This record gives sequence, structure tokens and C-alpha cells, in this order.
Amino acid sequence: MKITGAQALLKCLEEQKVNTIFGFPGGAVIDLYDEILATDKLTHVLVRHEQAAVHAADAYARVTGDVGVALVTSGPGATNTVTGIASAYLDSIPIVVFTGQVPTALIGNDAFQEVDIVGITRPCTKHNYLVKDAKDLVATIREAFHIARTGRPGPVLVDLPKDVLASRITFPEPQDVRMRTYRPTYEPHPGQIEKACRAIMQAKKPVLYAGGGVILSNAHEELTELARKLDIPVTMTLMGLGGYPGTDPLSMGMLGMHGTYYANMAVANCDVLIAVGARFDDRVTGRIDAFAPHAKIIHIDIDPTSISKNVKVHIPIVADCKHALTSMNSWFDRTSDFDRTAEMEKHQPWLQQIKEWKAAHPLGYVEKKDVIKPQFVVQKLHELTGGNAIITTEVGQNQMWAAQFYHFNHPRAFMTSGGLGVMGYGFPAAIGAQMAAPDRTVIDIAGDGSIQMNIQEMATAMQYKLPVKIAILNNNFLGMVRQWQELFYDKKYSATPLDVAPDFVALARAYGAVGLRATKPSEVEPVIKEALATKNLVIMDFVIDREEGVYPMVPAGKATTEMLLV
Amino acid sequence: MKHTISVLLQNKPGVLSRVTGLFSGRGFNIESLSVAPTLEQDVSCLTLVTSGDNAIVEQITKQLHKLIDVIKVTDISETEYVEREMALIRVKAEPSTRAEILRICDIFRGRVVDVSTKSYAVEVTGTCDKVQAMIDILRPIGIQEIVRTGTIAMTRASKKI
Repeated sequence: MKITGAQALLKCLEEQKVNTIFGFPGGAVIDLYDEILATDKLTHVLVRHEQAAVHAADAYARVTGDVGVALVTSGPGATNTVTGIASAYLDSIPIVVFTGQVPTALIGNDAFQEVDIVGITRPCTKHNYLVKDAKDLVATIREAFHIARTGRPGPVLVDLPKDVLASRITFPEPQDVRMRTYRPTYEPHPGQIEKACRAIMQAKKPVLYAGGGVILSNAHEELTELARKLDIPVTMTLMGLGGYPGTDPLSMGMLGMHGTYYANMAVANCDVLIAVGARFDDRVTGRIDAFAPHAKIIHIDIDPTSISKNVKVHIPIVADCKHALTSMNSWFDRTSDFDRTAEMEKHQPWLQQIKEWKAAHPLGYVEKKDVIKPQFVVQKLHELTGGNAIITTEVGQNQMWAAQFYHFNHPRAFMTSGGLGVMGYGFPAAIGAQMAAPDRTVIDIAGDGSIQMNIQEMATAMQYKLPVKIAILNNNFLGMVRQWQELFYDKKYSATPLDVAPDFVALARAYGAVGLRATKPSEVEPVIKEALATKNLVIMDFVIDREEGVYPMVPAGKATTEMLLV
Repeated sequence: MKHTISVLLQNKPGVLSRVTGLFSGRGFNIESLSVAPTLEQDVSCLTLVTSGDNAIVEQITKQLHKLIDVIKVTDISETEYVEREMALIRVKAEPSTRAEILRICDIFRGRVVDVSTKSYAVEVTGTCDKVQAMIDILRPIGIQEIVRTGTIAMTRASKKI
């Protein structure tokens, strides 16, 4: 029996167990929307801007651990997805983005709403396709999902000409995807595992440095086992937060530009650094020649290009983080000359040193009586949600305060645009996260600048009755840029004051949501409590200290030991 | 240092731009690039000459291999190999210089492939250095146009890529 391309696509989604997609219709994909109306197996979330569809699909993927899906039309619909795709690419998030395209006969004619989206997104997708022939449609979609979710995950784009969606095809039987060229390495080399474990056994001052790969490969338990087995302190990247319990005594929190003093000092002084699913981003390393200068570096990563890209690695292990950590744990379990007690004992002076660093410069801020400190707001959010909320962030100071003061104990609970740093990510991400986890509390920690980049999505949240909480840390500034201007540009606040801004409380009401405001420290807790008790979309507008900065801070291009402290 | 890298890739639309986009996007250098189908109908072989230190060339080969349509990447300058380039050179030919041009052609085992009243077009193949040498010799006579293929290369027998 023949079915249309549009019907085949929906069958593929069903086959891939996709039940929620985020999208926005248009002429090129009207056939698909016609079919979506006819099916009850798929929830389509109508966003108000295509960029939001991709961010929402991205967060949906992060929460569920499966592939997120976005669907948009051709031309401007497609170009509006580019920021979301690039963000998912840099954070290795598995998503499939379907874009409409003009009919094949018109491709290349500068037709209405035509754009070469495959060309545009080539550098920011893991792979992409233009389906020129309807008979390739199903195989292409299956391959797209396979590529998105396997190996180092990432975004895949499938461009769908209108006539391909309309033409009639026979649906091929489901079968496993076999590709000649693409075979990611999951299993670590046993010799390298042995080398790494021996190096760790020789270490007196080891540090585990965990990145987003730990979360993507669901390796948090294995990481925790390894850290506790040998008493190794753990630091996490922004993307790795939640990969190891943040309140655990071995946790040193985040490292890097806005990392903790003790994490950066530990990395600078360690003798073995075990990088797990992390890519030595410049925001982590600071000046590269001063990064872990005394350490033998072990690097576990599924992507060979990550290894020795920025920092020379001594023991590379190309593998899935979970598989590699499992191998290491079992190596220690079965090796007769490994003595756990002796090993833990050997690390005690090191842990003591870290404790001293921590006592000397804990993460903190200077409280003020009448002015709300943003860190206090995040601390209160942590306290009043029991640390169990899903937190999304925008980008800038709000993001860093969230990373520093909401101590994540669980994976898949912190979504932030780490690599690309997209202002406007947090709120659509919160929508995606709330769709994926309807029973969880989802909070977008935002700045007054970045919330305005996708604020139109309030309509989406209202339409689907998503009780997302938006916590705006409102300083009437583009705060992070202002902080740089204060420190490095003689306080010349060029284009960073946001003196004209909406009344966010009134704006919330305009959308039918709830708006709350706190201007004094004493109002913070009642406002959060009220928001958490409200089963509606809520904006909490926290009027914070205008010139508060994010500290510690490593100035760009400096060594991570050259921190500016509070 | 110069490296000659051989890449086997699926013969699909856009593959070449994936390769060149990778180079431009990551700031790698391409000195020459040539591509054509292989024995297998849907597989192409791309020969790429690039330069950089070991770390850069390692990144280049790894990044190339990461492209979904790439089947195999070999840095063939690490083994024994043969390389060839071809050039078509149009050189000004006046009665006084015609014999000279033919003599140079002879020395480089080139061939005249087109003749007009004012010029010769000669074809030469060989290593990049040899082609360059012939161009340098012809230059004083008056070169009007040059078209070069870029290097193609193959490992020596028993070291099949």
C-alpha cells in the first residue's frame, strides 16, 4: 500500500518512539501539518519562533536522554533554527531538525522562501541531508536518528522538499541502519585502561575533571564509583554539572573562568588529571600552558578529534565514558596489587590541602541588608526546591550564578547553552524540559537582558499550560558585559545599561501568567514560595544589586590560578 | 611540513564542500586538492596537499575522518608513494623562441598540445617540483596562462590505501 511522504515521516517518528515535537508551520510543510492533525500519536508543540523549537527540542533531549525533534518550514523558518542547531552542536545534544524546502523542480531558482539550508548548516550539524527523491526519504530519516543519537551525539538536519512530502511511496520494512563509513568506538582499548589505572595508582594528587560527556553517556554512577573508590576529588565543567553530586565532600564544583578557587588550584597542582567526556574548552583551561602543568593527562572521549586538540594528552582513551569508567572500575576491583585503603590514605594530604584552599576562599558573596544579591536568590531557589528542580539558564551572569550556587546533585537537571552561549536559550529550554518532565519543577534562571530574546514563548507555555517558573535576576544591565567593562574597559558602560525595559510583572499578566516582584532580601523567600505553589507560568522579577559581579573570575587569556576573588 | 593526504569518500552531492568547509572553518591550509571517482562507482578519491606541524596534521586527519561521508583517510606522506601533477602552460611563441620552447619541452618530457601563430600550449606531468621547474624555465619566454591539476598521489605497491 502506498502512502504519502508526509505519512511516511510520521510513521518514522513513531518507529523512533518520538511522541513530542516542537515546530512552526509554513507553506513548504503544510502536507506534514495536515497529517499531524490526523494523528493522535504525536504531540506537536506550536512555538512562536523557530529558534525556540530547536532549543526546546534540545532540552527535551537532555531531560529524556533521547532524540529531540523540531519541525519548521523552508526559508526563514529554516534560517531561524541555525542558532539552536549551532548550540546543540557545540553541546553535543542529539536532535533531528526537519526543515521544509521548495519543490525539487524549483530548487536553485531563488524561489519564494527558498534557502540552501543544508549549505548553511553544514558546519554546525553532525550531518545533514536534502532528500531529493521520495524513495530515499525513510532510509534518510532512519539514518538521521541513528547519527544523532550514537557516537558523540549531535544535531542532524533533514531538508524536505514539498513534492517529496506529497509524493506516494511504499514504506520500507523497519531495519537496522548499517553505514559503511560511520562506526563510533564505544569500547575502550584494554591496554590504555591498564595504563591509565596504573598512572592513577601512582598519583598522590589526582583530580577528576568531568564534562558533559558524563551526562550524555549516563556515566554519573560509574564516575561516582571511581571517585569514591580511590577518594579522588572531582571538578565539573558547566556542561558536566550534575554528573557528580555537587554537595558531596569530594566535589569541588565547577572549574575554569568562573570556577571555584579550590577547583582551579587543584587542577593547577595535580599530578594526574583524569578528563572524562570533557574537551578542554578555553573557558575551562584559561592560558593553556599554565593548565595542569604538572599533570599526566588521561583523556576519555568518544570523539578522537577532542583528544590532543587543545591540550597534549598523555594517555588517550577513545570510548564511551560509561564503558571506559566501567572498565576502569572493574580493573581496580580485580587487580591484586591495588589496595583501596592504602590508595585512599595516600590521597589524604591532597584532600587536606584542597580543604584548606576551600576554607581560604569559599564560594561566596558580600551580603547587603537592603539589596537583593543574585547569589542569595539562587541559594534560596536551591533550598526551597530541595535541589530537585530542573534548572535552565540564559547566558551571562545569571548562568554563572546558577552554576555556582545551585548545587546539582543529579544529572539531566541543568540545561544551559554551554558551548555557543545563547542568550535566549533558557526559556524555550524550560518549555522543552517541562514537556519532557511534566511533574518536575522547572525554573529558568534568567537575566533581564536574555529573557527578552525569546520572551514571546510565554504564549507557548500558556497554550500548553506549562507551569514554568522564570526567575529574572534583574539588574537593568547586560550584566556580564558590564562586568567586563568595569574590570577591563575603565567602567565605560557602552550599550550595556537596559534602561528601557518592560514591567515584567505586568507583562506576565498580559500573557495570563503570574507576575511577582521582590525588591528586598526579605521578599525573596515569600516570592519563591508563592511561585512554587502556583500551577501557572510565573515570572519572578528579582530586582538585584545593579553592579554585582560573578566571582571568582579568571580574566580571559590568564592562567586559571590568576583569579579575581570576591 | 608538507603532507599529502588521501581521502576516500562517498560520491554524494555536497561532499566536497564538507571537506573544503572543514578546512576553511577550522583555519587549516589547503595547498592543492584534486578529486575523481575510483574503481568503485560510488566512491571518490580526494588527494589533498596541506601543511602544518604534527599536531595540526593529526587534527586534520581526525577531523576529516569524523565527516560522515568519509570512508578512509591516509596521510600517505608517511609511507613510500608516487605523486603526479599535470599542467597546461600557454607560452608566447615567436619565431625566435619556438625552438627553445620545444627544447625545454623535450627536456621535461612535455608535449605541445595546441599551436597558434602566437603561442604554444604545452602539457607537462610530474611531481609538483618538476612542474614548477618547467614553469620557472618558461617564464622568461613569456607565459600567458597556466592551468594546474593539483597533486594526485598513490602509495607504492603492497601499501594500498
